Amino acid sequence: MIKKIKLPLTDDVIKDLRAGDSVLLSGSVITGRDAAHKRLYELIEKGEPLPVNIEGEVIYYVGPAPAKPGHAVGPAGPTSSYRMDKYTPALLDRGLKGMIGKGARSQEVIDSMVKNGVVYFAAIGGAAALISKSIKSSEILAYEDLGTEAIYRFEVEDFPAIVVIDSFGKSVLVTS
Amino acid sequence: MNIRQINAAEITSAVKKLFMDMNYHIGKDILCALETAKENETSPIGKNVLDQLLENHRIASSEEVPICQDTGMAILFVEYGDHVVIENGTFEDAVQEGVRQAYIDGYLRKSVVSDPVFERVNTKDNTPAVIYTTIVSGDKIKILGGCKGFGSENMSSIKMLTPSAGIEGVKKFIMDVVKYAGPNPCPPIVVGVGIGGTFEKAAMLAKKATLRPIDTHNPDSRYAQLEDELLDEINKTGFGPAGLGGKTTALGVNIETYPTHIAGMPVAVNICCHAARHGETEI
Repeated sequence: MIKKIKLPLTDDVIKDLRAGDSVLLSGSVITGRDAAHKRLYELIEKGEPLPVNIEGEVIYYVGPAPAKPGHAVGPAGPTSSYRMDKYTPALLDRGLKGMIGKGARSQEVIDSMVKNGVVYFAAIGGAAALISKSIKSSEILAYEDLGTEAIYRFEVEDFPAIVVIDSFGKSVLVTS
Repeated sequence: MNIRQINAAEITSAVKKLFMDMNYHIGKDILCALETAKENETSPIGKNVLDQLLENHRIASSEEVPICQDTGMAILFVEYGDHVVIENGTFEDAVQEGVRQAYIDGYLRKSVVSDPVFERVNTKDNTPAVIYTTIVSGDKIKILGGCKGFGSENMSSIKMLTPSAGIEGVKKFIMDVVKYAGPNPCPPIVVGVGIGGTFEKAAMLAKKATLRPIDTHNPDSRYAQLEDELLDEINKTGFGPAGLGGKTTALGVNIETYPTHIAGMPVAVNICCHAARHGETEI
């Protein structure tokens, strides 16, 4: 069964999600990948305000391709999540509630997810053209100079994802 | 054989077309392998992922949008005929311009940064491409191209094995790399293996191996058998499509070899995601 989930996530919804659940996400997500994470992390380290309020948000690890005329967004599949692991616990402590990416996470991230009640979804890596059909609009929120690595806000409708690590730390990813 | 003059613009337009086509239209070898994998996959979630990948290819091809947002770093293996003279420019400039035009006009993502450690500023046109040129006899230019995403590139590795490691050592290293990569490089993967030569030659062979269609085998039957054995072994790991479990972890294993030194047996493993984009053009 596929669960339809409205964003932003509430704590009750997060608690109901279990590793292995297939979901369709609707609402708003922010994006960010390597370079944006580095900048956000450095601001947190310095105790400075962030350019985007991440509290309660779901972040999608993606650097979209350019949109063709008439398209809301270009192909936009997930990038590998582990590269964000170094920065992630600091963002979860700041109130980030969900992450969408692909692949494995470090134990530090999983521990921080359990502590903060956070869920990690996977989108299908490499299914970028298909996934972009569920992204209805895109606007830049911060770090425009980073191009594809800027922080965007996406409005998504029935965005297909799978809960791969739930807020209890249970994972369905096959790892070595 | 007469000297043949080729206009630089002709090279630019051939390279542009090659890189746009590769990013929109996956090769028949990969499509067939995905179809077969879908038939054989027993994990429901794995089957579902393979279905979505096939649907993604249909959309990308019909709308001429990139298959994956990571349209890669552009790689070209060039066989340059020794009777060719370029008019109105240099070969290098003509190729880089073709890549630049493909990534800008083709709505492909620009993923290249100017300096690897310090500035990391996006070059905004996906150049420079990585170009390997071999001079061959003839009056043609043959280009084997690839768009290499870095989710899988980052999972690649090289090891300077020594002769006593033998075939078992080779197999173990390849399996170690695949297992370490696990769910990260967008399985089902294509595994390119380069064995022999020197440190850098093995890596280049591994890259070239990822660009060979996966419905072909190494012409040496011993390596062809090794390709099949490794594919079976990798598919027993159970990572499955997207790393969510299943028996399709790899679509193909390609091995390329080169003579090597009496003291050495370098092995390079270049992992490629299921969107294994490769293509050829001849000018």
